[in-house]
Amino acid sequence: MNPTTAAILHFLQTWWVELVCGVVIVAVVPLIAGYIVLMERKLMADMQARLGPMRVGPHGLLQPIADAVKLLIKEDIVPADADALIFWFAPVISMVAALTSMGALAFGPTFQVARDINIGILFVLGVSSLGFLGIILGGWASNSHYSIIGAIRSTAQLVSYETAGGLAVISALLLSGTLRIRAIVEAQQNYNPQQHSGVWFIFLAPVSFFIYLVASIAETNRAPFDLPEAESELVAGYMTEYSGFRWALYFLGEYANMIVVGAVATTLFLGGWLRPFPNVHWLNWLDFLPVLLMALVGVYCIYRAGKQPVPVQTWFMWAVALGCFAVAAIFAAPWIFAPLKFIVPGLNGAFWFLLKVTAYIYVFMWLRFTLPRYRFDQLMHLGWYILIPLAIVNVFAVGVAIVLESEFGWNRWLALIVTTAFTLAVAAILVNLHDKRTAGASTATTATTDSYAG
Amino acid sequence: MADTVQEDATQKNGTLLGADELVLNMGPQHPSTHGVLRVKLKLDGERVRGTECVIGYLHRGVEKIAEHRTYQQFAPYVDRMDYIAAVSNGLGYCEAVEKLLNVEAPLRARVIRTILTELQRIASHLIWLGTHALDIGALTPLFYCLREREEILKIFEKYCGARLTTHAFRIGGLQYEAYDGFEKDVERFCKDFERRIKEYVDLLTGNSIWIGRTRNIGMISAADCIAIGASGPILRASGVKWDLRKAQPYAAYDRYKFEIPVGANGDTYDRYMVRMEEMRQSRLICLQAIENIPEGPILGKVGKVLKPPAGEIYHSIEAPKGILGYYIVSDGTIQPYRVRIRPPSFVNLQAFDKMVRGHLVADVVAIIGTLDIVLGEVDR
Amino acid sequence: MADESKAPQQPESPEPDATGASQAPPAPKTATPSTPPAAPKSAPPAPKPPVALQIPLDNELVRRYRDRFGAAILDAVEDRKQSYLVIDAVKLSDIARYSLDEEKFDLLEDFTVVDWPRREKRFDLIAILYSFPHNHRLRLKIPVAANERPASLVDIWPTANWLEREIFDMFGISFAGHPDLKRILLPDEWQGHPLRKDYDILQQDTAWVRENLGIESGQ
Repeated sequence: MNPTTAAILHFLQTWWVELVCGVVIVAVVPLIAGYIVLMERKLMADMQARLGPMRVGPHGLLQPIADAVKLLIKEDIVPADADALIFWFAPVISMVAALTSMGALAFGPTFQVARDINIGILFVLGVSSLGFLGIILGGWASNSHYSIIGAIRSTAQLVSYETAGGLAVISALLLSGTLRIRAIVEAQQNYNPQQHSGVWFIFLAPVSFFIYLVASIAETNRAPFDLPEAESELVAGYMTEYSGFRWALYFLGEYANMIVVGAVATTLFLGGWLRPFPNVHWLNWLDFLPVLLMALVGVYCIYRAGKQPVPVQTWFMWAVALGCFAVAAIFAAPWIFAPLKFIVPGLNGAFWFLLKVTAYIYVFMWLRFTLPRYRFDQLMHLGWYILIPLAIVNVFAVGVAIVLESEFGWNRWLALIVTTAFTLAVAAILVNLHDKRTAGASTATTATTDSYAG
Repeated sequence: MADTVQEDATQKNGTLLGADELVLNMGPQHPSTHGVLRVKLKLDGERVRGTECVIGYLHRGVEKIAEHRTYQQFAPYVDRMDYIAAVSNGLGYCEAVEKLLNVEAPLRARVIRTILTELQRIASHLIWLGTHALDIGALTPLFYCLREREEILKIFEKYCGARLTTHAFRIGGLQYEAYDGFEKDVERFCKDFERRIKEYVDLLTGNSIWIGRTRNIGMISAADCIAIGASGPILRASGVKWDLRKAQPYAAYDRYKFEIPVGANGDTYDRYMVRMEEMRQSRLICLQAIENIPEGPILGKVGKVLKPPAGEIYHSIEAPKGILGYYIVSDGTIQPYRVRIRPPSFVNLQAFDKMVRGHLVADVVAIIGTLDIVLGEVDR
Repeated sequence: MADESKAPQQPESPEPDATGASQAPPAPKTATPSTPPAAPKSAPPAPKPPVALQIPLDNELVRRYRDRFGAAILDAVEDRKQSYLVIDAVKLSDIARYSLDEEKFDLLEDFTVVDWPRREKRFDLIAILYSFPHNHRLRLKIPVAANERPASLVDIWPTANWLEREIFDMFGISFAGHPDLKRILLPDEWQGHPLRKDYDILQQDTAWVRENLGIESGQ
């Protein structure tokens, strides 16, 4: 056999799982991002007492396809004075950074592209930060006064909140003791006295989770931190000059980023692919939850199918119902055919992981529809004066809790409660100071909060 | 992005950084100027140092038209000025002409007019609340407000056939009798509205982001308000407890008990609280009124052809946006000699310059929203 | 517009209040007050001649003004229970300042103009003043000629800024001392002052049609 062919075959033999995962990510994530957009629109509509997209496909289920087609066939407008190469390249950077960082994430016990590299979380955070480059370059290449102001503001916001988020991640890493993604999740599963594990880290470090939640909202430019891209503000964002599919790339990059931060939060705080309470044996019935859930959704689809106004939509609902039952069957198969039992952890794990990421993103969306938007100087003030000091204090608090348990023999929970209480007290003080400051006239604040001053 | 933003040519030097004065143009088409308003902002970095409002994009020459129409023919035109609160405009005009004719509308007509005008006040404030919250970034209150407004517009439609430009009143009283079930509809709306207001309060009033975006923004003192002519909720939020419905009652307002909400600081948050409370008070007026709508005629003794004796009249009412005044001069013919409409939004918009100086660019939108202007009224 | 004196006629006339409302209760009640159904076709109810709507005014307020300004107060009338003073344009500033400071008319509610083209002083500036402390209104009428430049009220009531600009825009009266007198509602390059009585309402249209279509507009 040709040595080249042998080498290629050997490569494929060793790496086929990772290759498949990689292809799935690149192919499927944009589609998933599109459906997350649909989910957001339907959720927004539901919270606003209306229906959302209803026309394209039953209940608007084909809306993302229609949007993608529309964006693909739009005219490609490049501003006359724009730097063409960078203009072309910037959204690509954004999207590629988001997708690459997904490479290191584990979406289930078996689904991971980077075979458990030892710098797992660091890789994810580092590469997703490269996405900021896409924003700056996009704003600069547009050659428009307001694009670059928007891009710089956006970046300033991202950098500030990345710091706070990174510190929150550090405090969770103190609990797991390792950067490896798989090891972090396993640390939340196995009870091991040396490793502060057995429960999801959110119960051990709730303040960290909260800081990471806030920081990740700001990192993905979501409300209430979406001033740089708000529609009713004066300074348009870095995306102004982009239209058609280039804009779609930015947009999808933003939603892919949401998936990434959701996945990081799930891995670090919500137990990754573990089911709730993985060590409590009388909750083992939760392993059947995926099957139950899909079956229920299927039943609901059949029920709704009868209420559709148009026959086409009825058939489509039946198709969706059958799809749900098929997925339920796949989940149920291992219990029926014993030889298939080996796929249970992988499948169930993926299901729980995706459920948690979806819940995290649901919270993002919920906040977007409920809260008004922060003004830019208030946003920066919140990041630097409240969140970063709190995150620093939190790192120390978690470290102290760990030391108290291991060196001084305190009860683990007592140590954590005491340190969490201390952190919350610090938070209360910081917020109080913040309120006192904003109680004075806002016109008194100087222009040094200007993002491009100096 | 949906807004059109252009750089004015008066930027002092050509480079982006280092320009010490920049003129930013919020063009006539802009999602947040609530109509075709053009605002030129003189910026120093992020701070607004001066403004100039350019208006007139919606000028339709209504006052000139009035001189070529009969009194009744002109009545539908006034709806189109403040098109968010058409019923109030109609009330002011009909009452002004009635004063000119020296007739008074019968009591039943006045009571029904009061109910409809107060419902219109609630509807106008709902639009204000929804769009103001939307500008500041809260996406959801707009839809809730529109849902409530839908109920009010349904009542208007059942009453006179139109939702927006209603032409609900006639000179001398009303043309349409209150329909069967009018009291029930109004009562049902008012009873439901209490918990809706609570929804808005829950979403916004205590929200620290909302407070941060509206407290101490766009402050104007009471003396400045009176000097610049600002009236309505702007005046009340600055601390002046004055409402034309109480000071010089018209329609049937002297029959009902209601409070005048007053603010303390004259900032955007106070104006928000004042308008919320005004909605509650309007609801109370409606509930009091429907308890006892007196029987009687709905149209006073006016002929088909209106020829008021020569003379003049000035009549003003408390429209949702402020003092709406009509100055009508008659020369004894069937067409008015001069109709002058004193629009509240036109005069209130003068306060914009005072309110916005020293604030950041991001506050400009909030301040335009809090002024609650309607360009149809500003430009006529 | 339903005329009560028509109630006995035309049973098939579409009742304006037939929008599903109950008609029975109001109908008999409306029939009672209309006692003199004489000549429904006659002139609309003319104002009862004995009641004069404009009467000369001579109350405390007017006396104070007359004491202070004497001949500058040309007339004082009460029309339909609303009082107005006709004053000389020369003394406008002083009278305005007095009204604000002494008489406490702190709100300039409106400032507008009425055009009487056949008079010698063709414009009547109308300033409507309202006093918050006393809760009453006063109108000041100031006759000015077409080429006169009355004093601006901006220093006294800042609200006059845009109101005077609108007067300039619509009538062409310039105010002396106004900080920024330019057109406000119409574009800056507009010719003419529309609310003057000699500005025909159709002249824009006929001019445009003549220019662009070459025919006479049929309006």
